[in-house]
Amino acid sequence: MHIVVCIKQVPDSAQIRVHPVTNTIMRQGVPTIINPYDLFALEEALRLRDEFGGEVTVLTMGPPTAEDSLRKALTIGANRAVLLTDRFFAGSDTLATSYALAAAIRKIGSTFGAVDVVFTGKQTIDGDTAQVGPGICKRLDFLQLTYVSKVSSLDLEARTIEVERRSEGGVQVLRSNLPCLITMLEGTNQVRRGSMINALNAARAEVVKWSAQDAGVEDIQKCGLRGSPTVVKRVFAPTPRAEKAKVVEAAGQPPAEALIDEIFKLRPKLENEMFELARGF
Amino acid sequence: MSQPAKPAPQPAGRAAAKKELPEHFKAYKHVWVFIEQERGHVHPVSWELMGSGRRLADKLGVELAAVVIGPTGDATKAAVAESFCYGADLAYVVADDVLTDYRNESYTKALTDLVNTHKPEILLLGATTLGRDLAGAVATTLLTGLTADCTELEVDSDNSLAATRPTFGGSLLCTIYTLNFRPQMATVRPRVMAMPERVEKPVGRVIEFPLGLVEADIVTKILAFVPDRDKATSNLAYADIVVAGGLGLASPENFQLVRQLAGVLGAEYGCSRPLVQKGWVSADRQIGQTGKTIRPKLYIAAGISGAIQHRVGVDGSDLIVAINTDKNAPIFDFAHLALVTDAIRLLPALTEAFRKRLSAHTRDRIAS
Repeated sequence: MHIVVCIKQVPDSAQIRVHPVTNTIMRQGVPTIINPYDLFALEEALRLRDEFGGEVTVLTMGPPTAEDSLRKALTIGANRAVLLTDRFFAGSDTLATSYALAAAIRKIGSTFGAVDVVFTGKQTIDGDTAQVGPGICKRLDFLQLTYVSKVSSLDLEARTIEVERRSEGGVQVLRSNLPCLITMLEGTNQVRRGSMINALNAARAEVVKWSAQDAGVEDIQKCGLRGSPTVVKRVFAPTPRAEKAKVVEAAGQPPAEALIDEIFKLRPKLENEMFELARGF
Repeated sequence: MSQPAKPAPQPAGRAAAKKELPEHFKAYKHVWVFIEQERGHVHPVSWELMGSGRRLADKLGVELAAVVIGPTGDATKAAVAESFCYGADLAYVVADDVLTDYRNESYTKALTDLVNTHKPEILLLGATTLGRDLAGAVATTLLTGLTADCTELEVDSDNSLAATRPTFGGSLLCTIYTLNFRPQMATVRPRVMAMPERVEKPVGRVIEFPLGLVEADIVTKILAFVPDRDKATSNLAYADIVVAGGLGLASPENFQLVRQLAGVLGAEYGCSRPLVQKGWVSADRQIGQTGKTIRPKLYIAAGISGAIQHRVGVDGSDLIVAINTDKNAPIFDFAHLALVTDAIRLLPALTEAFRKRLSAHTRDRIAS
């Protein structure tokens, strides 16, 4: 079985700061990590490989420095890493990104063996769109299984797969066919630590580096800024509310009491409503 | 009328590109809202979007259509009827029992075919698990732009959709346009837009559309559906009162102070992103851009600093009370009431004070 896991190298958002004066992102020195949601996808892929045999190829599109994340994925246990990097990809929106990644996955299939399953995280922490997974899937004409919490069975002979999928208000148990694309929900498995042997191998491993041409991208016009139907016109910081928060002064009163008085003073109807709510519990 | 001698100077670069909508897209008119039904219920986000859709359609001087996709029968009929009460001028309906459960293949085909036939200029969907699964597939099939999790939808001076969403992990906002492609697609998370008023209206124009698929054409089969047992987790977004905690609580044990206050108030509890990342609280309780958006009547934020990604999740709250030791915390820029103190010490006192008040209230009511 051959599984491709798409990962993205993202800035560690916990450490992003906005310049207080210019309102621009201060990217310098912000460390990068593998998008945390992708780790659950990688783990699930490795688990399936360990159970059913085969290989896991990790794929990312990004600048040359994204190689760091691929090596981390090799350390965790992936068999092979492919870096799709080309200046033509700069400025890609989700539609252009899915075009390039789908081309690379086809190439991975023809070079290293037919792809049975593509995994992605449910979304990234920098873009937060959850659009690239379904985008790749449609372009490859695979079956789409998003927000999967569990791959419960896989039959390589019959080419079928059963998964549990989070939906509004419940879990769908689905049976579908291979090849499929799965976006994995967070917290659904325990991501393994890389072994010492993997770490040593990862340091020595050769990361496959492909340009758009190497990856067999057919139409360069569909890549990057040019191939992106959406355009970011304006980036700005939200305006603060006109009036600052009213500071609750506890004049001789316990602060909790003063706060409740203020709440009911500002919203007199709340008192009755809260009574009704509290009674329900 | 006099003609200008020269065409007005065009702005250079990509801004100019916006003016040249290709000829075959000029037929794309009207605003559509996808009405999300699952298991007989319309997700409230669909009605919230009808409110936004109505406003956009009025500004553009076009019609607002509800798109209802689902099984034949009463639930779908009720959804169609209801859509007129929330402002639809017309409804497109794809009703087929193959559509009883949501599946990507069948719903993508229904919506894509409908768009290709009736050509809307704007298509809005809820950013739910269903809406995101569907929107990504439909936009890629149509090869058009899709903007996720918008917090604001406006019509620009040249009648294009200006979709604003948080970016860079929610630290800034950006406005995104879909140039040269139609429809312009956007998703909006539940509770981000206000629920419009429901006005009783008769069923208007309904255009039925065939699915053109039979069960045998669909590969993915539903083996079972397991409804959530913990109903409360899905109620956070729609709760009237929410109490949430952040890093200021200092330890996972202290998070029970938040739960205790919520318990006394009959409220839902939530947390900021770092507590989920630290594993103190489960992900379904996260409030903010990557978690739930809430619009309660009262929101109490204890020990939450108020990063923008949190703010966009709570901005619609009617009254925001912030408790934080740092008087310069950004949360005080958007809270209504501020208490500069240690939440760990205040929360037990607040819980006790509310308990007394609300039980005193009970006595008063029984006496009167």
